[in-house]
Amino acid sequence: MTEIAMREALKRGLDEALENDPNVFIMGEDIGEYGGAYSVTDGFLKKYGPKRIKDTPISENAFVGAGIGAAAGGLRPIIEIMSISFSLVAFDQIVNMAANIRYMSGGQISVPMVVRAPTGAGVQLAATHSQSFETWLAEVPGMKVVCPSNSYDALGLLRSAIKDDNLVVVAEPALLYGARADVPEDYYEIEIGKADVTREGSDLTLVSYGYGMRPVNDAADKLSAEGVSVEVIDLRSLSPLDVDTVVNSAQKTNKLVVVDTARRTGGIMAELVAEVQERAMEWLDGPVVRIGSTDVPWPYNRDLEQTALVGVEEVLAGVRNGFDL
Amino acid sequence: MASSTKSIKKSAAKTKRSKNGKSTSSSTDDSGAVGAAEYLDLYRQMFLIRQFEVACGENYSKGHIRGFLHLYIGQEATGVGAISALQEQDYIVTHYRDHGHALARGLDVNRSMAELFGKGTGLSKGKGGSMHLFDAAKRFMGGHAIVAGQLPLAAGLALAQQYQDTDGLTVCFFGDGSTNQGTYHEVLNLAAVWNLPVLFFLENNMYGMGSAIDRVRAGGTDFYPAMSTYGIPAAEVDGMDVLAVKEATELAVKKIRAGEGPQFIEAKTFRFVGHSYADGQKYRGQEEVREWEQRDPINLYAEKLIQMGMANDADIQKIRAEVDAVVAESVEFAENSPNPDESELFTDVLA
Repeated sequence: MTEIAMREALKRGLDEALENDPNVFIMGEDIGEYGGAYSVTDGFLKKYGPKRIKDTPISENAFVGAGIGAAAGGLRPIIEIMSISFSLVAFDQIVNMAANIRYMSGGQISVPMVVRAPTGAGVQLAATHSQSFETWLAEVPGMKVVCPSNSYDALGLLRSAIKDDNLVVVAEPALLYGARADVPEDYYEIEIGKADVTREGSDLTLVSYGYGMRPVNDAADKLSAEGVSVEVIDLRSLSPLDVDTVVNSAQKTNKLVVVDTARRTGGIMAELVAEVQERAMEWLDGPVVRIGSTDVPWPYNRDLEQTALVGVEEVLAGVRNGFDL
Repeated sequence: MASSTKSIKKSAAKTKRSKNGKSTSSSTDDSGAVGAAEYLDLYRQMFLIRQFEVACGENYSKGHIRGFLHLYIGQEATGVGAISALQEQDYIVTHYRDHGHALARGLDVNRSMAELFGKGTGLSKGKGGSMHLFDAAKRFMGGHAIVAGQLPLAAGLALAQQYQDTDGLTVCFFGDGSTNQGTYHEVLNLAAVWNLPVLFFLENNMYGMGSAIDRVRAGGTDFYPAMSTYGIPAAEVDGMDVLAVKEATELAVKKIRAGEGPQFIEAKTFRFVGHSYADGQKYRGQEEVREWEQRDPINLYAEKLIQMGMANDADIQKIRAEVDAVVAESVEFAENSPNPDESELFTDVLA
């Protein structure tokens, strides 16, 4: 076990894929000469050369679409989009093309491609650079969406994403690139579509993913110190969404709180809650508590941004307002 | 690059332009390797497309084909001429007016018609329909219905061909309507920067749905001159002359295989029918349509074959009868095919 930052974990996953499969190549804006906006691909150009480490023009729709074509043509592209907010510019290719082409062609064409993109608020980049569109993408059939909350998951999920024969979007919480966690030297993968029960408990279930796991873990620590037995679930994957694991937990603890650092309205937690109430309503002691960031464009000012962003205080307040704990 | 644009244009097609801009004549050297059978096959393909489209219209009226139906009538020479210059290893990517390209590539006529009928025997098991024909085994990579959305896909297929060090290439068909999408400009630039083996083939039929080019485009109704911006050699060709299209494509393809990077062909063509089957064509006068119909590519080519001594009336009639039988059989096949099994709803979503 070595403690490494999520940035390093991702880099390890990309490096071994480049090493092992000549059909893997990476493209994106400033991933080569510059080394990547978040330094994940730093040094790759020197190691693998310009054929496999392709700097692109600032044309997200074109190079994401070119990745789809390259995948259809037998390669395994890994694409970096500099911010998931910029993925909007490429939504036509991601949704209309990548997610639909297999079905429309009656299964003739697959798109084995990974799109990596930093996501989330909290670093004062204001409205156009702080959004979390992994929740939008999770609604689209024909593709997968994962979002790691730590270095271990980032490497395991990335390995699975690269091996997957479908488009997998890896949403990387920008605030976590420097966060460190233990990662074993031995090879492992993490199955896409399975949630992780990171802490077992019997009184209450807290569910989140990505950066949201930070306030959730902090809240769980506090509640545990007060004698509350908390179960914590990291979704890991937004599509496929592992409803079963959450339903099982809700049937055990009878109290469910879902937390998203993306905006509250219309997010993946709304979907999760709808599923849970259909399948486990009679097991619940009360309404599921849904906590999400404020429904405003992300502000630049630090205090305003922190007020909008879900933190441990909001999680604790949600738990205490919802349940007699 | 302006000079290369010019030189290619000059050599690509012997299309002469009169002062009023109408193509007046064209000819292709018949001393080449093309034999009589191949000449006749071009006729067969064009007539097959025409009759297939007529049958589609009839079956749309009967309610057997639903959704949107965009017919290729009038444009047959562009797809047939261009695709006849390709090899098996080359990819084809096209727009939603895709029946012509599919048939020119040799996709199964029965399965094509069955796809339009939404049947389980269709190319995509009835999941794609008219606008989304695919046959990956023939490297026919769709039928795409977001205007200009197919261009990035084509660039990527070409990127794969370049990466794998093949001498295959990708041909991307698109219409004049595509040219005002940002993606069009993005992809032209990307392909040029990466020297991709891709042929951009513009089928300029003068109207993006109901919008005449001059109503929606600054800079005139010719697109090929703008390719100097991207450093992409470009040619203009008479899209009603199948041999001129074939020759222009052969030249462009040769350059691409020689590693010269992306090439661009603009074929001036015209659809004799509405944008889709439901189009009443309020946006244009029938006089203009009648005028273009005088240059029906199938009639022009039949006359030329006879002039060249490659065929006589009887040969032409024989082909027409054979084609009619093939199309009739495809309609029968489609009618008699079963609907996709209900389980197909859930297959092919993920690999």
